[in-house]
Amino acid sequence: MDRSFVAKNPSVLVFLAILSLFALGVTVLSEGFGIGVISTSFVKTLGKALCLCLIAVAMDLVWGFTGILSLGHFAFFGLGGYMIGMWLMYERTRLIVVDSLAQADIPPTSAEVVDAIGTQIFGVVGSSEFPFIWAFSHSLTLQLILIVLVPGLLALIFGWLAFRSRVTGVYLSILTQAMTLALALYLFQNDSGLRGNNGLSGLQNLPGVTASQDVVSIWFFWASALALGMGYMLAAWIVSGKFGSVIRGIRDNEARVRFLGYSVEVYKLAVFTLTACIAAIAGALYYPQAGIINPEEMAPIASIYLAVWVAIGGRGRLYGAVIGAAFVSLLSTWFTGGQAPDIPLGFYTIKWVDWWQVLLGVSFVLVTLFAPQGIGGLFDLLSNRHHPDRHGSNLGPDDGALREKEAS
Amino acid sequence: MSTLLEVSGVSVTFDGFRAINNLSFQIGNAELRAVIGPNGAGKTTFMDIVTGETRPDEGRVIWGEKSVSLLRMSEAKIAQAGIGRKFQKPTVFEDQTVQENLLMALKNKRGWLGALFYRPLAGDLDKVRELATEIGLKDELTRKSGELSHGQKQWLEIGMLLAQEPRLLLVDEPAAGMTPQEREHTTDLLVQAAKSRAVVVVEHDMEFVRRLNCKVTVLHEGSVLAEGSLDHVTSNQDVIDVYLGR
Repeated sequence: MDRSFVAKNPSVLVFLAILSLFALGVTVLSEGFGIGVISTSFVKTLGKALCLCLIAVAMDLVWGFTGILSLGHFAFFGLGGYMIGMWLMYERTRLIVVDSLAQADIPPTSAEVVDAIGTQIFGVVGSSEFPFIWAFSHSLTLQLILIVLVPGLLALIFGWLAFRSRVTGVYLSILTQAMTLALALYLFQNDSGLRGNNGLSGLQNLPGVTASQDVVSIWFFWASALALGMGYMLAAWIVSGKFGSVIRGIRDNEARVRFLGYSVEVYKLAVFTLTACIAAIAGALYYPQAGIINPEEMAPIASIYLAVWVAIGGRGRLYGAVIGAAFVSLLSTWFTGGQAPDIPLGFYTIKWVDWWQVLLGVSFVLVTLFAPQGIGGLFDLLSNRHHPDRHGSNLGPDDGALREKEAS
Repeated sequence: MSTLLEVSGVSVTFDGFRAINNLSFQIGNAELRAVIGPNGAGKTTFMDIVTGETRPDEGRVIWGEKSVSLLRMSEAKIAQAGIGRKFQKPTVFEDQTVQENLLMALKNKRGWLGALFYRPLAGDLDKVRELATEIGLKDELTRKSGELSHGQKQWLEIGMLLAQEPRLLLVDEPAAGMTPQEREHTTDLLVQAAKSRAVVVVEHDMEFVRRLNCKVTVLHEGSVLAEGSLDHVTSNQDVIDVYLGR
């Protein structure tokens, strides 16, 4: 009991070691810093996968540990991406505009520069005015703060309203789903101020940086690995103490936690908001690697995928979420990227681009039915961990409670 | 004897069914009380009202020396004020060890920031060991509570209640599903607990109530039918008619 945090959680050390080795290995094999075995686009794919692992850790905190099946966390992920995207786009356009106006005889006034930037960015939606929400886009510092502030505030307000009225279980899931759908639909409008369905593009270019994408991709890869490592440690630290005890208690039996004198709503709100911020940071690192963000990214299906990753990896264990997200998202890239060989059946050819989602859906159902502990459960097999027999009963009466087969 | 909890004129209706009808009830500090009554008499609803889970349609629930009303407080606030509750089914956190269960219940700050930065002090761990010894689970501290036997879970839950250091303990059918030895141990625990705090035990089992050797309140159709020693109420004709005679 008096041992240090790392000693009590050896899996954290193992995880960090594997992550560092992986990051080093990719760097050595990359085009930017190494021998060029791994293409730059694949480095970006791996970097993006690390960001997805980070949001999966957040999802595991909120669903696997607290029992709130949020189907809206990709809204926060997308918002984080928009926040960093606004600065990237503004600053890059400014540099281009200043450059081209410098050719003119009379030096441009700053108002003229801003107008020209506005025309460049918003011409595509038939406007040239900067909307109110772009007020801080000229400042990297402010926009970086907004990455956590905007999604955090949204989560705080939404969570406060939902948890205060004691909405739980499937109803809460539907509510979060509605939130992300509403946000996506709003952003699809041209006058939403974020360029409607065009979204923000050209995000892979860092303003003022002349280094090639080969190099920049590794920077972002390392930043994503660092964020994942820190996010994982934070999550492991949160769940290891009494706070972790309380949220696992809320997952299995929230009425009981209430009668112990803990304010369940406040704990849920804290976890919901914190994980929204983690998701937003993941998104802010993801979209500069993807290069483009549009409201499609916040479609409800994205958040459902997130739940599928965590379920396949094994919920209620952090490394399970990471493994699930990495495994499924990379596999998905392989299948949908046209790299998987088609299977000719004579009368019909299975094209994986079309059939991958069916495969994913079937594996999700199979995992839920036959291996509820997910991929993470394999580690229990390896370590020969003994599972108590609960005679088929769940660990608690709540909807989010671990089922017997999920528990370890 | 000063009054710790005073329930007066409380009524509650569920979909037209009057579960509690003008119920009045008082208990003082350091008193043991058994509440008996047939199914549907309103025993569990009575506990729900005191712990804040159910809001009564009318009546007052007054707590402590400062006579605060519990009706406007949340469940968590009521628990913090010093009312502990044990459910009929043993409800411990099965995914967590006995020690984690007890630490969570241990009287400490309940805020989320406090819990986030909380690390058990030596004093807390000593207290947990002491409690575990008292409830006979000293050797099971590191086991997940889901692995415990039914009786052990009941004791763990009682241990968690004691860890909360409540001033009033509401206990719903503690002896259900226990072996005779386990019952005896439970009786001792409850009698011991009632020396320093108020304890209300809801129980079906007359033998168990007799062993508690305390004042008894008989509920029927949502109100108090009789109150007094067990011998007194069992000789009451009304009680015999509605409950014992069956």
